[in-house]
Amino acid sequence: MKILPHPLLTIFLTLLWLLLNNTVAFGQLLLGLFLGWVIPLLAGRFLLKVPPVCKPFKLCLFLLLILYDIVVANLHVARLVLGSPRKLRPAFVEVPMDIEDEFILTILTSIASLTPGTVSAGLSTDHRTLLLHVLDTDKPQDVAEELKTRYEAPLLEIFRCSST
Amino acid sequence: MPFWIELIVSLLLILGSVFALIGALGLYRLPDFFTRLHGPTKATTLGVGSIVIASMVFFSWRNGTPSLHELLITIFLFFTAPVSAHMMAKAAMQQKLPLNDKTQGKPWE
Repeated sequence: MKILPHPLLTIFLTLLWLLLNNTVAFGQLLLGLFLGWVIPLLAGRFLLKVPPVCKPFKLCLFLLLILYDIVVANLHVARLVLGSPRKLRPAFVEVPMDIEDEFILTILTSIASLTPGTVSAGLSTDHRTLLLHVLDTDKPQDVAEELKTRYEAPLLEIFRCSST
Repeated sequence: MPFWIELIVSLLLILGSVFALIGALGLYRLPDFFTRLHGPTKATTLGVGSIVIASMVFFSWRNGTPSLHELLITIFLFFTAPVSAHMMAKAAMQQKLPLNDKTQGKPWE
């Protein structure tokens, strides 16, 4: 058994602890480091394997894009709600997935739920197909295409090192 | 507290409340279960976001040190909202809840 199995998770948990206590006092920092060390050890068997990030800069840009899209999604849904809901054209779309890694797949489905007009409603048992519910669309297939090009492709690029 | 800080905080609070209200209105106005799922995952995140920023500005100014633990609310919300929406959608498909007539495509069995 390794002494420090997930160094990044340790840093993340420590930061989380400091944020939670709203302080950078030395004692709390020590306690945070201790928790960040012990929790991954105890929970190790439940944790998903996180693939290495190959392009950190690209990841930051991607996060900004997501943030922007979330704001746009909010305004978009707000307009639809205040408009006339009877005119909505909701749809179910199946999107074939190229991602195999469970962790990246989780991120992608979460992004799909947070961004414009889509909620992920199901994932097939072989993880090959994602079922999306779209709030308002003419061409459901276009929404599926956009999800693939806008979010799936960059995610694959950020996490898959060998292809580049 | 200077006027402009009070102005920013109150504007953010109003904006946040408006978006929270729109999210709630969505639950009432949208036609079927699946469309209603869109309300809580979208319109409310901006509402909570604005209120959280207002709180950060207010308490950072009042206490003289940056107050950042409100950020955690946003992080946890972004983790939990999609998961709960996903689980509710699955449960709804299992229960074969009625769909809006205009829905294109089919849910899974």
